[in-house]
Amino acid sequence: MNDQKALLQYTLRLADDGLILGHRLGEWCGHGPILEQDIALTNTSLDHLGRARSLYQYAAAVFNALPVADKAAFFTSVAIQKEVAEETAIDEDDLAYLRDGWDYRNVLLVEQPNQDWAYTVARSFFYDSFNSLFFKELSKSTDQTLASIAEKSLKEVTYHLRWSSEWCVRLGDGTDESHARMQQAINELWAYTGELFTMNDADAAVAAQGIGMDLAALRPQWKELVTSVFEEATMAMPTDAWMHKGGKDGRHTEYLGYILAELQFVQRAYPGMEW
Amino acid sequence: MTKEEVLGWLADVTDPEVPALTILDLGIVRDIQISENNEGTTVKVWITPTYSGCPAMDVIAIGIRMALAGHGAHKVEIEQQMSPAWTTDWMTEDGKRKLKEYGIAPPNRKAFQSLGLFEEEVIACPRCGSEDTELVSQFGPTSCKALYKCLTCKEPFEHFKCH
Repeated sequence: MNDQKALLQYTLRLADDGLILGHRLGEWCGHGPILEQDIALTNTSLDHLGRARSLYQYAAAVFNALPVADKAAFFTSVAIQKEVAEETAIDEDDLAYLRDGWDYRNVLLVEQPNQDWAYTVARSFFYDSFNSLFFKELSKSTDQTLASIAEKSLKEVTYHLRWSSEWCVRLGDGTDESHARMQQAINELWAYTGELFTMNDADAAVAAQGIGMDLAALRPQWKELVTSVFEEATMAMPTDAWMHKGGKDGRHTEYLGYILAELQFVQRAYPGMEW
Repeated sequence: MTKEEVLGWLADVTDPEVPALTILDLGIVRDIQISENNEGTTVKVWITPTYSGCPAMDVIAIGIRMALAGHGAHKVEIEQQMSPAWTTDWMTEDGKRKLKEYGIAPPNRKAFQSLGLFEEEVIACPRCGSEDTELVSQFGPTSCKALYKCLTCKEPFEHFKCH
């Protein structure tokens, strides 16, 4: 994989993570258990979407600068291929609304359904704790755009992690029922945390240039952080076993298709539609 | 047209979510550049987003265009500058005073990192000044604010978070 294509793939994944988790958290809008928590989730969702927008804008710029042959072959989307053939520059909206499911690169964790409050908290906690370490490293990236987005995001991630850690403790160290539900959510979602630390071709290529990082090296620190919160929450650490993966390479769980159907319907059915 | 004049005009642009503050009070205007060519004068303004997804940024950009157009500057370019990331340390002292008068507890700490994961800070009630207050939620009606309640005067209030 050449350098620019790897950078594009990597940037897209970070953007897709933000868009899909932002979408999931946004599903709570109007359904939160109390108003303050409804607001907390939509605030967080907005941070993820805002970060995704900055990253998609950058990804679009990297894409537009690729040689035409690379552009034409990069995505399966007929709508994007048409823009390439017409020599139109693509933008952030094209990337979000017109890419097919297998061209989405988000990790499987973020597309998992909300289920109940415990699953929502557990999913956010695993992702926020990872992000708090990841964005710290990414802010030292040799790529100035990614470094500045990371620097900005790191501040927001601090709030997200506070929120999800506090809820882990409240539910874990709460009633028998909240403890049991939180523990179940943690145990089930644990199998999706492995992918956060796996390296695919794009990860290896950007790490070699100092743009990305060795993700596996973040895991001991991440586990330490998770353990400290679980101890406070009186929850048992799940045992390491087989882990799901594939999202980073475009192989998703069934859930992503439903998210995209909802997200992309208007632009797919009525191309170029504006409010 | 000078940079100082442009700054003066920008002092009329307020934050749509917190109209007590101008964009200069908030510290989001990072630089101004005025260039002349045979097609006229172009004003370029660099602004820094407060929070990544803050919807007020688009409204602020429109506000800047309108304010400058009102003074005859029609060619305006607005660039978003992400780094260094915006911090409430850039808010002016005058801005903090206006916030308090408006009923929002201003940020009163430097840099957010000094707080531990579960640590909480003391925020004084903007109405009665009591420090006997309680955090309700760190997320409020906009990204930049947290919800508090005063245990002395019993009033709920918003706090502009240190960021």
